Amino acid sequence: MSSSQSGYVRSTMAEALPPPRSTTGVGAWMRANLFSTPVNSVLTIAGAALVIWLAVPLWNFLVADAVWSDPEGIRGEACRFDGVGACWIFIQARIKFFIYGFYPNAELWRVNLMFAIGVVLLIPLLTPKAPFVRTAAVLFFIVYPFVAYFLMAGGDLLGLGVVELRRVPTAEWGGLTLTLIISLIGIIVSMPVGILLALGRRSELPIVKTFCIAFIELWRAVPLITVLFMASVMFPLFTPQGADPDVLLRAIIGICLFESAYMAEVVRGGLQAMPRGQYEASQALGLSKVKTLGLVILPQALKHVIPGIVNTFIALFKDTSLVSIIGIFDLLNTVRAAGSDMAWRSPTHAVTGYIFAGFVFWIFCFAMSRYSIFMENRLHTGHKR
Amino acid sequence: MSVDTDNGLETDRPKMTVSSTEVAVEIVGMNKWYGDFHVLRDIDLKVMSGERIVIAGPSGSGKSTLIRCINRLEEHQDGQIVVDGIELTSDLKRIDEVRREVGMVFQHFNLFPHLTILQNLTLAPIWVRGTPKAEAEAEAMKYLERVKIPEQANKFPGQLSGGQQQRVAIARSLCMNPKIMLFDEPTSALDPEMIKEVLDVMVGLAEEGMTMLCVTHEMGFARQVANRVIFMDQGQIIEQNEPEEFFSNPQHERTKLFLSQILH
Repeated sequence: MSSSQSGYVRSTMAEALPPPRSTTGVGAWMRANLFSTPVNSVLTIAGAALVIWLAVPLWNFLVADAVWSDPEGIRGEACRFDGVGACWIFIQARIKFFIYGFYPNAELWRVNLMFAIGVVLLIPLLTPKAPFVRTAAVLFFIVYPFVAYFLMAGGDLLGLGVVELRRVPTAEWGGLTLTLIISLIGIIVSMPVGILLALGRRSELPIVKTFCIAFIELWRAVPLITVLFMASVMFPLFTPQGADPDVLLRAIIGICLFESAYMAEVVRGGLQAMPRGQYEASQALGLSKVKTLGLVILPQALKHVIPGIVNTFIALFKDTSLVSIIGIFDLLNTVRAAGSDMAWRSPTHAVTGYIFAGFVFWIFCFAMSRYSIFMENRLHTGHKR
Repeated sequence: MSVDTDNGLETDRPKMTVSSTEVAVEIVGMNKWYGDFHVLRDIDLKVMSGERIVIAGPSGSGKSTLIRCINRLEEHQDGQIVVDGIELTSDLKRIDEVRREVGMVFQHFNLFPHLTILQNLTLAPIWVRGTPKAEAEAEAMKYLERVKIPEQANKFPGQLSGGQQQRVAIARSLCMNPKIMLFDEPTSALDPEMIKEVLDVMVGLAEEGMTMLCVTHEMGFARQVANRVIFMDQGQIIEQNEPEEFFSNPQHERTKLFLSQILH
């Protein structure tokens, strides 16, 4: 090539074209992802075989061989035969117990009302750009706890003798209701306490810092079971006779403190990731330390750690089932208790109960997970146009 | 690469007045250490209201640290810094007072990525000055017009180019109506094509009589706008002079070497 041809000036600009046909569509996707190499093809086929091998017996147990109904009414004998699958009528028979525990039958409307109010208040709080968010937040975080407690525990409202509900001791609370109560309180308390502990751990004040480090490291280093045993067995030894706080209350306090320590470390991770420039820009504008944290640092730091926060929430929700070991009848404990009922005595009703409990836990955890992904996407302010 | 300054310099130069009585910043016998490292040594500097000062020097010479001491992002251990009549001590109230009067623009913009451009601009007026939201927004839009990007008001910083982000950062500082503006290498992180748009805004500010201290390597800007150039090395002020003298007739050996390295 002669040197005179090395110079070049473009005369027309190249147009943007669609990608070639062979790179789009289902066929192209399968070629690229499932059958790109011989090894990949073998793995794809082996994987498909494994799925089928697992799915068939699972289908048989859960659906085909399962007992869905009994023409002679719901009774324990229905599941007592060889080769029986899941005993779904056991769930049907005891569903009230799984949801409400030992809560008196005549008073169940109170639990339902409590749930209904909670859901109505939660919807605007969880929906972006919903109206009345501030009102709903005040009602949910400040008024609702008292309303819910009054509905659950009963008694004389404000001591006026006007509205009086039958007293229901916490020992009669149970089932899914109790699981949700414990986890909701745990989530609502551990979040702010965790944030305060995380900030305290990064504080320049030595006493605050030492206290927060000691608190976090102490609670994180102890198994939750130990905490619950301490709350139920050891704690009463230190309180004066008569002043014996409720065992459920003690368990909830233990869970809250335990989870706060975990939450603190998650939040601290988000704080560590904040570049110094954000603090400096905020301070240079004259914002005080508290306002810098509240308006600039925390909104970003918490957004960064949404996956970690929700991870902790999910763990907390499942950890609440440990309260069964100190005799509190949460969802899992009601399922276990019902499973040992002699009236049933079938090969599968207990297993079916645990499958049901697992499924209920999964529903709630999966919902939290999806919601967190939704929030992450909504709060993402990067390069979207 | 930035501002054409080759000819007609004196006649083109806008008439920018420097107060002869009103002191904006006064630094007397200031010293600062990072641990054992003596980073700023024996700094004396008096900036009159309306002055445009460019601070140049090799990296690590302490120029950024110096201007960061003026709004107390860095603490000095010895000597006196008086900003707008307020002496900087560890008294938090005074620090806040100074920061309200001193705007700062950073090399990496440091916009708040979780807030829209408009929210970035109104955050401090609303939360520091207590300006009502509507009024703060109207004011913010005025400054966005001025830096020529009002159409970006509802975008997020991550959606803007570097030059646009830096102009937003300048507008954000201006929303607090500062008496003094500090610029810490405002164009060093920008693509070459975007430097001019930022410098144009800064020149506009200078023409309006803003007191400015700029750490920058834009010597064209220094010639066009500055009324004093300060050269620093090893934490000390080595030489300072009017830009014309400074560039054509540097005195100190270190200054000569520096200028020969950057002006080619």
